[in-house]
Amino acid sequence: MVVKSIRVGAGLGFYGDSWRPVAASIERGGVQYIGSDHLAELTLAILQKDRQRDPSAGYTRDLVPMLTTLWPLAQQHGVKFLLNAGGLNPEGARDALVAEFNKRGWQAKIATVTGDAVIDRIDALRAAGEPLAHLDGGAAIDSVRERMLFANAYLGAQPLVRALEAGADIVLTGRVADAALFLAPLIHEFGWAADDWNRLAAGLTVGHLLECSGQGSGGNFNSYLGNGWESVPDLGHIGYPIAEVSADGTAVITKAPDTGGRVDFDTVRQQLLYEVHNPHAYYSPDVVLDMGTLKLEDLGGDRVRVSGATGQPRPEKLKIVAGFDDGWAGTATIGYSWPGAMKKARATEAIVRQQLAEAKLAYDEIHTEFLGFNSLLGTLADDSRIEELNEVYLKMSVRAKDRRLAEAFPRQFPWLALSGPPTASGFSGIEPARQLLGLWPTLVRRDLIEPEIKVSLQETAQ
Amino acid sequence: MKRKLVDIAHARSGDKGDRCDLGLFAPDAATYAVLKREVTPERLARHFAGMASGAVELYPLDKLLALKIVLNGALSGGAARSLRSDNLGKCAAAALLRMEIDT
Repeated sequence: MVVKSIRVGAGLGFYGDSWRPVAASIERGGVQYIGSDHLAELTLAILQKDRQRDPSAGYTRDLVPMLTTLWPLAQQHGVKFLLNAGGLNPEGARDALVAEFNKRGWQAKIATVTGDAVIDRIDALRAAGEPLAHLDGGAAIDSVRERMLFANAYLGAQPLVRALEAGADIVLTGRVADAALFLAPLIHEFGWAADDWNRLAAGLTVGHLLECSGQGSGGNFNSYLGNGWESVPDLGHIGYPIAEVSADGTAVITKAPDTGGRVDFDTVRQQLLYEVHNPHAYYSPDVVLDMGTLKLEDLGGDRVRVSGATGQPRPEKLKIVAGFDDGWAGTATIGYSWPGAMKKARATEAIVRQQLAEAKLAYDEIHTEFLGFNSLLGTLADDSRIEELNEVYLKMSVRAKDRRLAEAFPRQFPWLALSGPPTASGFSGIEPARQLLGLWPTLVRRDLIEPEIKVSLQETAQ
Repeated sequence: MKRKLVDIAHARSGDKGDRCDLGLFAPDAATYAVLKREVTPERLARHFAGMASGAVELYPLDKLLALKIVLNGALSGGAARSLRSDNLGKCAAAALLRMEIDT
C-alpha cells in the first residue's frame, strides 16, 4: 500500500521543556511519530558534569518521567518516539527506561543510536589527517585539547531510519542534527532515496519547523503589530506544532484541536528563519536546503502549507561540536530603590572595582549590567529616563581561570549593605562559581565517523 | 516619515556559537520593499556597533517577505562562556525593532 501522508509532532524543544502539550498531540492530533529535541549546544556540558559524578548518568533526566507519563497513551494510539535524550550516554538512557518499563510490565522495542561521541578519538582523527581546526577562523585545536570536556559529531537521519526499520517504538540517540529526529520517520515511511535532495530538503524544513516545540506554533512570537503576541490565544495550553507530510514532501503545519497558540504565516516564518545562518545553504548531514524557494500558504484555521523546498547534495564532511573548560564565573547582584537608584548602583560598581584593584584581585573580564535598565538590551538600552527608575539591580560578573578566584568575587559585596550607598537590598548572596564553557565547532570526514555508528534494539517485558 | 521598526515589522533572534542571527518580517510587499531599501548591512552595523564586533550579513528572502540578518562576533564568544544575562541573543530582535527608518 502506498503511504499518502504521515503526521509527525513536536516533542520537547530543550532539556527542561514541558511535555504536557505532547499528550494533546497524541490524544487528538493524530500524530504517528514524535521527535523530541533535548540537546541545545551547551546541554552536553551539563550532562558531562552529571556523568563525572555518576558513570550511569549523562542522559537527560527528563526522559524517564516524560515517557512514563506519555507511553500508555502513545501505545494506545500507535505513536513512536525519536529522542536525542541519550545525550552522552544513550545506552544508560535505555537501561534506565528499560528498567522502568519492565517494572511496570510495559512492552516496547527501544533502540539506541551511538557513535557520535568522539572525545576518545580526537587524536586518532587527527592522525587520520583531520586537523579539527576551528570552523570560524581556523585556530588550531592544540590550544584547547587538554581542556576538552566532550566532542560529538552531528549524525544524520540514516541510522535512525535503520532503527525504525528494525521495528523500534522508541529511538534514543546522542547528538544528531535536531531535524533528523523528524526527517527519519519520513524517509522510513515514504522510502525517500538518500540522494532525493528536494524531498530530503522538504523533510529537513519540516524538522526545522518542529524542533523548537511551541516556537513553531505561536510561542515566543516576537511581534507587536495588530496580530502580535498579545493576540495569540491561550499560551497556557499551547499546542506544539504538528506536520502532515505528503509523499512528495509538501507539508501542512498545524496543531491539535482545542489547544492554545497559533499556526499562521507569521508564526511559521518566524520559526523557519530561527537560528539559520545563510538561508540558501542550510546545512544538515543529509542534505543542504535552500529556503529561498520555499512557499508558505496560510490556509486559515491554524494550517500553513509549506512547499517548494530545494536541496543540494549533502556535505562531504560532518560537523563536530566540542566543549572545553573556559574558566569560571563569579556573580553578585544587589538592588537600589528610588531616589537616584541608578546613581547609587553606579557608585557601588565603582567602589567594588576600586576594592578589586586594592586587593589585587585580577580578573580576565569584569562585566556590569543594571537589571531593569540594560541587562537585556545592552548598549541599545534607552537611557533617556534613567534618573527616574523606581529601582535598579547592579549585577556584576567576573571571569577567572581559577575557581577560587571567581568564588572570591561575591564576598566583596555584603559589607556594602551597611557601609555603602543607601537602600541596598535584595543581595543575591554568596553564590558558588559557575563553570564556563567554550565551544569548538569543526569538521570531520564521514568515513571516519560513520563506520563507528551502531544501532541496537532491546525489547521490554517479553 | 520616520518610523520605528517595531511599528511596521516583527523579528525573532537566536544564537549559534558567537553569532547572533535575526529574522525581520514585513506584513506586506510594500513594507518589505521599504525594509529592503532601508535596513542595509551598513545601517545594521551602525545600529549594533556596541554589540557585534564582526561583519554583518544580510539575506533578503522575497517569497517570505523577510530579511535574514547575521551578526558575527556578537555573543561574547558564545552562550556557554558569556557573562551576559541575554547570553543567547534572544533580545537582539527587540533591539533591532528599536531601529528608526525613513518610510
